[in-house]
Amino acid sequence: MTSATPATIPAARTGIWGWMTTTDHKKIGLLYGVTAIVFFVVGGVEALFIRAQLALPNGEVLSADAYNQMFTMHATTMVFLVVMPLATAFINYFLPLQIGARDVAFPRLNAFSYWLFLFAGLFLTISFFVGGSPDAGWFGYAPLSTQLDEVVRMDYWALGLNTLGVASIVSSVNFITTTLTMRAPGMSLMRMPVFSWMSTIVSFLLLFSLPMVAVGLFQVYFDRNLGTLFFDAAGGGDPVLWQHLFWLFGHPEVYVLILPAMGIVSEVLPTFSRKPLFGRNFVIFSGIAIGFMGFGVWAHHMFTTGLGPVAEAAFALTTMFIAVPTGVKIFNWLGTIWGGRLQLNSSALFAIGFIFLFVIGGLSGVTHSISPADSQQHDSYYVVAHFHYVLFGGAIFGVFSGIYYWFPKVTGRLLGERLGKWNFWLMFIGMNLTFAPMHMLGLNGMPRRTYRYGEGLGFDMWNLVATVGSFVLAFGVLLFLMNAWRSYRRGEAAGDDPWDARTLEWSTTSPPPVYNFAHIPEVTAEDDFWHRKYGVDEQGRAARRDDYVPVDQSTPPPGLHLPSPSYYPILGSFGIFMMITGLVYVPWGLLATGAGAVVTLWGMFGWSMEDLVREHH
Amino acid sequence: MSEHTAVDTNAEHHADPDVVRKTAIWVFLGSEVLFFGSLISTFLLYRTRIGDGPGAEVFDIPFTSVSSFVLLMSSLTMVLAHHASTRKDWRQMRVWLLATAMLGMVFLAGQVYEFTEFVHEGLTVGTSPFGSSFFVLTGFHGAHVAVGVILLLGTAFMSFAGRFRPDEGMNVEMVGLYWHFVDIVWIAIFTIVYLLQV
Amino acid sequence: MSETAHVHPTPRDYWQIAGVLFVITAVEVAVAYIEALDPVVAPILLTLSAAKFVLVVGWFMHLKYDLKRYRRFFYLGLAGAVLLLGGTLFTFGVLIGH
Repeated sequence: MTSATPATIPAARTGIWGWMTTTDHKKIGLLYGVTAIVFFVVGGVEALFIRAQLALPNGEVLSADAYNQMFTMHATTMVFLVVMPLATAFINYFLPLQIGARDVAFPRLNAFSYWLFLFAGLFLTISFFVGGSPDAGWFGYAPLSTQLDEVVRMDYWALGLNTLGVASIVSSVNFITTTLTMRAPGMSLMRMPVFSWMSTIVSFLLLFSLPMVAVGLFQVYFDRNLGTLFFDAAGGGDPVLWQHLFWLFGHPEVYVLILPAMGIVSEVLPTFSRKPLFGRNFVIFSGIAIGFMGFGVWAHHMFTTGLGPVAEAAFALTTMFIAVPTGVKIFNWLGTIWGGRLQLNSSALFAIGFIFLFVIGGLSGVTHSISPADSQQHDSYYVVAHFHYVLFGGAIFGVFSGIYYWFPKVTGRLLGERLGKWNFWLMFIGMNLTFAPMHMLGLNGMPRRTYRYGEGLGFDMWNLVATVGSFVLAFGVLLFLMNAWRSYRRGEAAGDDPWDARTLEWSTTSPPPVYNFAHIPEVTAEDDFWHRKYGVDEQGRAARRDDYVPVDQSTPPPGLHLPSPSYYPILGSFGIFMMITGLVYVPWGLLATGAGAVVTLWGMFGWSMEDLVREHH
Repeated sequence: MSEHTAVDTNAEHHADPDVVRKTAIWVFLGSEVLFFGSLISTFLLYRTRIGDGPGAEVFDIPFTSVSSFVLLMSSLTMVLAHHASTRKDWRQMRVWLLATAMLGMVFLAGQVYEFTEFVHEGLTVGTSPFGSSFFVLTGFHGAHVAVGVILLLGTAFMSFAGRFRPDEGMNVEMVGLYWHFVDIVWIAIFTIVYLLQV
Repeated sequence: MSETAHVHPTPRDYWQIAGVLFVITAVEVAVAYIEALDPVVAPILLTLSAAKFVLVVGWFMHLKYDLKRYRRFFYLGLAGAVLLLGGTLFTFGVLIGH
C-alpha cells in the first residue's frame, strides 16, 4: 500500500468494558486462561471432597447424592472448563504469533466463542445452587441421564455441554481458517511450529467429533423434556446408541486434551536443550496420524456392552496401533534432549515430568486394548489411575510447562524459579501418591463411582495414601497460584527473548504490542527466528551472528487497521445463555428462551451491520 | 455472516477475504455433515421400531415430492441471486434473494402441515423410536431452513438499507453455500427417510 | 475438474441443471412406486440422489470450480460420517441385516 493513511488502532480501552468488548486475540487468550484457572480451583476442590470422603472406610463427609454430584462435576469441569480452555488460551494467544499473523481470521467470532464458553461454564456451575448439580457422570450414560428422578440436573448438563460444544466448533473453524489463510509470507505448513500444528489438528478433531455428541445430547434433552424414546429401552429405544454417540466424540476428545500438551512440550524441549526438535516432521506426521486414528478407537470404551467378537477384535487392534505414533513422539522428545545442553528450569522440569507420567499412563492405556483384560479393569479404579496419568500427568503437566515457558512473553516478567521448583516437585510427588495406588485398588476390585467402601476389604491403606497425595498435590497448585501472583506483581523483568528461543513469538516485545509485529516477518526457514540469531561457525557449530539486530516493534506501521472493540459478541452469547436457561424450565421458561432468541438475533444483526474496523473520533 | 478478516492494509501480504471466508464456511459445512449424519443414522437404527404406532405408511409421498421440488428450486433462485451479485446487479440479486426466502417459507409451511397430519394419524415424538427419530431429524432440518430464511431476509434487508460494501456479493455467496447445503441434506432425507421406507 | 478454469456457469446452465434435478426427482418418485423394481429400489434411488447431490454441490456450490482445499474439508466430513456412523450401525447389525 502506498497511501500513508494513519494507523487505526483501537483506543486502549481499560477496565471491565475494555475486556468485555475486546477483539484482540491476546486479551481473549488471557480471558480463557484466567477463567480456566478459576475453574481449575473449583474442580480441584471438588476432587478434594471426593478424596476426603474416601480417605477412610465408610466415609461420612458426603452423602451418596452429594458424592454423585461431586464426581460428575469434577470430571465435567476438568475436561470442558479447565483442560480444553487452557489449551484454547494458548492457541488463541500463540497461534497467530507463531505463524506471524496480526490476529485470528475472525476476531469478533473469537470473542463470541469465549463469552459463550464462559456463560456455559457459569450455567453448569449455577445448577449447584438451584436444586443440585448434574449427577450421572461426565459421560451421562442413558438411562441414568434420561431418568427424571431429580427434575432438572441433567438438563443443565445436556444443555451446558451442547453450548460449550458450539463455542468449541466456532473457535475450531476460526483456528483452522487462521492457520490456512493467515500465515506470514514464507511460512509454509511444514515450517509452522509444532505447537501450531497440534493446535490445528485439535481443531479438526473437535470440528468432526463434536457434532456427533451434539446429536446425542439433544436426544438426551428431548427424552427428558419432549417424551421421545431414543434411549428408553422399555419404549423400544437403545441406550447403547448414546454410548456410541458419546464415545465417537469422547475418544477424539482424549486427543483434544493431550495434543496441545504434546505441542507445548515440543516447543519447550528444543528451546531448553538448545537443539532443534529431533525428527520434527515425524512429530508432525505422528500428530496427524493420531488425529485420524483417534476417530477409529471409540468402541474400546464399550467392550463390556456386548459389541460382538468382530467389533471387539477390530477395536482392540486399532487401540494397539494408536500407541505407535504416540510412542514415536516419546522417542522424538528423548532424542531432542539427548546430547543437548539441558537447562533444567521449571518449564523443562514440567516437560520431562510430562514425558515420564505420560509413558506410565500410555502403557496402562494399552492394557485396556486387550478386551478380556479390559472386562476386569472396566469401571474399576485402575481406569481412574490410567486416565489421571494421561490427563493430569500428561495434559496438565504439559500446560504447566507452557505456563512457565510463555508467562514472560505474556506478562513481561519471569515466573519465580524457586517457588516454581517447589511447585513442580510437590505436584509431581502428590500426583504419584494420589494416582499410583489407584492401580492397585482397581486391580483388587475397588469399583469407581461408589461413595463408600467397607472396612477390611484391603482398600484402606491405599485410599488413605491417595487422599494424602491429593492434598500434597493441592498444596503444589496453591504454590503455583502464589508464584503467579507474586511474579505478576514484582517478578524479574524478562526481556523479549529470555530463553533464547526459536519461534516467531519471541521476536516481538514482551508483552507483544496490540498489532503483534511492526513488520510482518518474512520466513525463510524452520525455526526462522533462531536462524536470524545464529549462523554456523567453521566447526559446524551454532554461532551467534554479529549482525543480528532485533526488529524495532515499537512503532505501528502506517495504514494499519486493527479490529475495533465490539459488544455484539457478548450480547449474542448472553442471548444464548438466556435461551438455554429457559429450556431447563419447560414450559414457562420458554418465555426466557424467546427473549433470549430476540437478544441473540439483535446481537447477530448488530454484528453484521457493524464494520469490523471503525475510525475513531 | 459478515465477519471480516483482520484487515492489514499495510502488509505486503494480504489474506484474500474471499478465500478466508469460504475456507471457514466449507470447514463448518464439513462439521455439519457429521451432525446430520448422526441424525440420519439414528433414524436408520430406529426405522422399523414403530411400537404400537403407525410406521412409514403415514408418509404422503406426492405431497413431500412437491415440497422437495420447492426446496430444489430454491437452490436455483439462490444461485441466480449469487450470479446477479457477481454482476453487481443488486436489484436482480434482491429479487432472487426474496424469491429464495419465499420458497424456503413455503417448504416450512409444508413441513408444519405434514407434521400436523402425522400427529392426527397418531404419530408423535413419543409414539415410538421411529417417531422420535423422524421428527427430530426433519425438525432439525427445518430449523436449518428457518435459520437460512432469516439469513436471506437479513442479507436482502442489508442490501435495501444501502449497506453495500465491496464484499456484499461475498455475503450472498456465504448464505448461498449454507442454503445449498441445507438443500442437499434434504436430497438425502427425501431418499433415505421417505422413498426408501414406503 | 481443472483448478484454473474460470469459465463459470451462466444462468442458462443453472436453469438446465434445475431442469435435470426436477427430472431426476420425478424419476425417483416413479421408481419408488413401480413394484417390479422393488428388489433393486435401494441402489437405484441412492444412485439417483447421489447424482442430485453432485449436481448441487459441484455447480450450485461451485465446488467444481473452486479451490481444491474446500473440496477436501467437505469430503473429509462426508467420509468421516460414512465410516464412523456406518461402523456404528454395523455393530447394531442394521446395514447387514437389510
